[in-house]
Amino acid sequence: MKFWERVSGVDRRILYAVLALAVVLPLFFRPRPSARVSAPVRDAYNAIDTLAPGSVVVISIDYDPSSAPELQPMMLALLRHCFSRNLKVIITAQLALGLPLGDAALGIAAPEHGKSYGTDYVNIGYRPGGGAVMLGIGRELRGYFSTDTRDVPVDSFEFMRRVHNYRDIAVVVSLAHGAVADWWVQYVGARFNEPIVVGCTGVNVSSMFPYYKAGQIAGLLAGMQGAAEYESLVGRPDKATKGMLAQSVAHALIIALLVVGNVGFLLSRRRKAKA
Amino acid sequence: MVMNFIGTWVAAGLTIAILSFLYKDNPLYRLAEHIYVGISAGYAVIYVWSFDVYPMLVKKFQEHMAARNHAEAWILVVPALLGLMMLLRWIPKLAWISRWPMSFTIGIGAGLGLIATVQGYLLPQVSDTLAPLLTANAIVMYVGVISTLLYFYFSKEHTGALGVVSRVGTIFIMVAFGANFGYTVMARVSLLIGRLDFLVNDWLLGTIRLIAGR
Repeated sequence: MKFWERVSGVDRRILYAVLALAVVLPLFFRPRPSARVSAPVRDAYNAIDTLAPGSVVVISIDYDPSSAPELQPMMLALLRHCFSRNLKVIITAQLALGLPLGDAALGIAAPEHGKSYGTDYVNIGYRPGGGAVMLGIGRELRGYFSTDTRDVPVDSFEFMRRVHNYRDIAVVVSLAHGAVADWWVQYVGARFNEPIVVGCTGVNVSSMFPYYKAGQIAGLLAGMQGAAEYESLVGRPDKATKGMLAQSVAHALIIALLVVGNVGFLLSRRRKAKA
Repeated sequence: MVMNFIGTWVAAGLTIAILSFLYKDNPLYRLAEHIYVGISAGYAVIYVWSFDVYPMLVKKFQEHMAARNHAEAWILVVPALLGLMMLLRWIPKLAWISRWPMSFTIGIGAGLGLIATVQGYLLPQVSDTLAPLLTANAIVMYVGVISTLLYFYFSKEHTGALGVVSRVGTIFIMVAFGANFGYTVMARVSLLIGRLDFLVNDWLLGTIRLIAGR
């Protein structure tokens, strides 16, 4: 009995240290690709994979550094996939703070596949307005994005000359840590019948699944696990795959602590009731 | 290279300072917290100027004037005035004027949001929920939706049949909360992994690699 009481009353700082160790140690192991790929991630992959070469994909960076551990691996894996399929990529953002993260991912993925700015991808940046901007692209992209982030007119890029509205965009991918993904689905998916793929943080997954189940989005990448599954489909295990081992160990530890804490609590309560 | 090295050390130092709060509150944590708040406030000012005011107002006005589109240039005075009226919140006697631009913003937001919610959320979700009762999933969905809706029906006391159904609704709500919380734990652990991965690989091992010349 004393053992359980002592364990359930252990200093929280010791638990923090144990959790930190449980996360750090697995980071030294070589990442192993995810053996199981869930249907929402496979659907997201297929939505990109079945596009004809030269099709245009818009990737909207709707997150900032606070969600980068979950969403940045998705960004990198998606770019690698798009470039390997010779798709044209337009980067935009609904959060200006996300733009440097897009540049960082492009800085890795583009040289790997020999892709160059203006020919294979363009960064049109951020414009304030949220839903109004999304609706505006449905009329004419140039209404909001006449120039890219470097102030170069978008019409100076060959593939951009044929991109005017959602009819010219094969898929929109929203990597979001908040309600922005809802806007893409509700403003663009519903009104323009545009295929939407969503990558979201774990916190938002439960609000995104109804869209997936109702067929309102073409695919869904859920948190770090979704990113790891996408990495394995692309054949490039990276940060998310590496993080999933740490994730599993941390989850096992948290479950064990929950069980130990509750057993200790129940036993001590029973002892107090007897006394 | 040097700037990258310095940036990594600064980021690592601030990360450790923030994490030190887990041990106990301390001056290092408070320093990092104040730096964060200060930088965020400064960034917000630059952000509004660089992404909103300058490109959407000042630059557009200059461009239209240069192209002799006087009507399109001067119409921008309206949003500029609305913006200035919003700032009158700081002057107590004139604060009421800020309600006009506020109502303008709320009106546009409500108008855009209402159509989007009905067209892009309510109707597709109701349509998907009302699937034929041919699969176990569809049956569970029906039971879950009806019992949860009845749980929030407060015009009658939850006794008898209504009490039983609303209790079933409670179970569905609890399962939803559990799934939500599970994903939230995953998300928070992911953030911890991201920070610790940065400390171990980018900072510690990165510094060792740099010193070793590899």
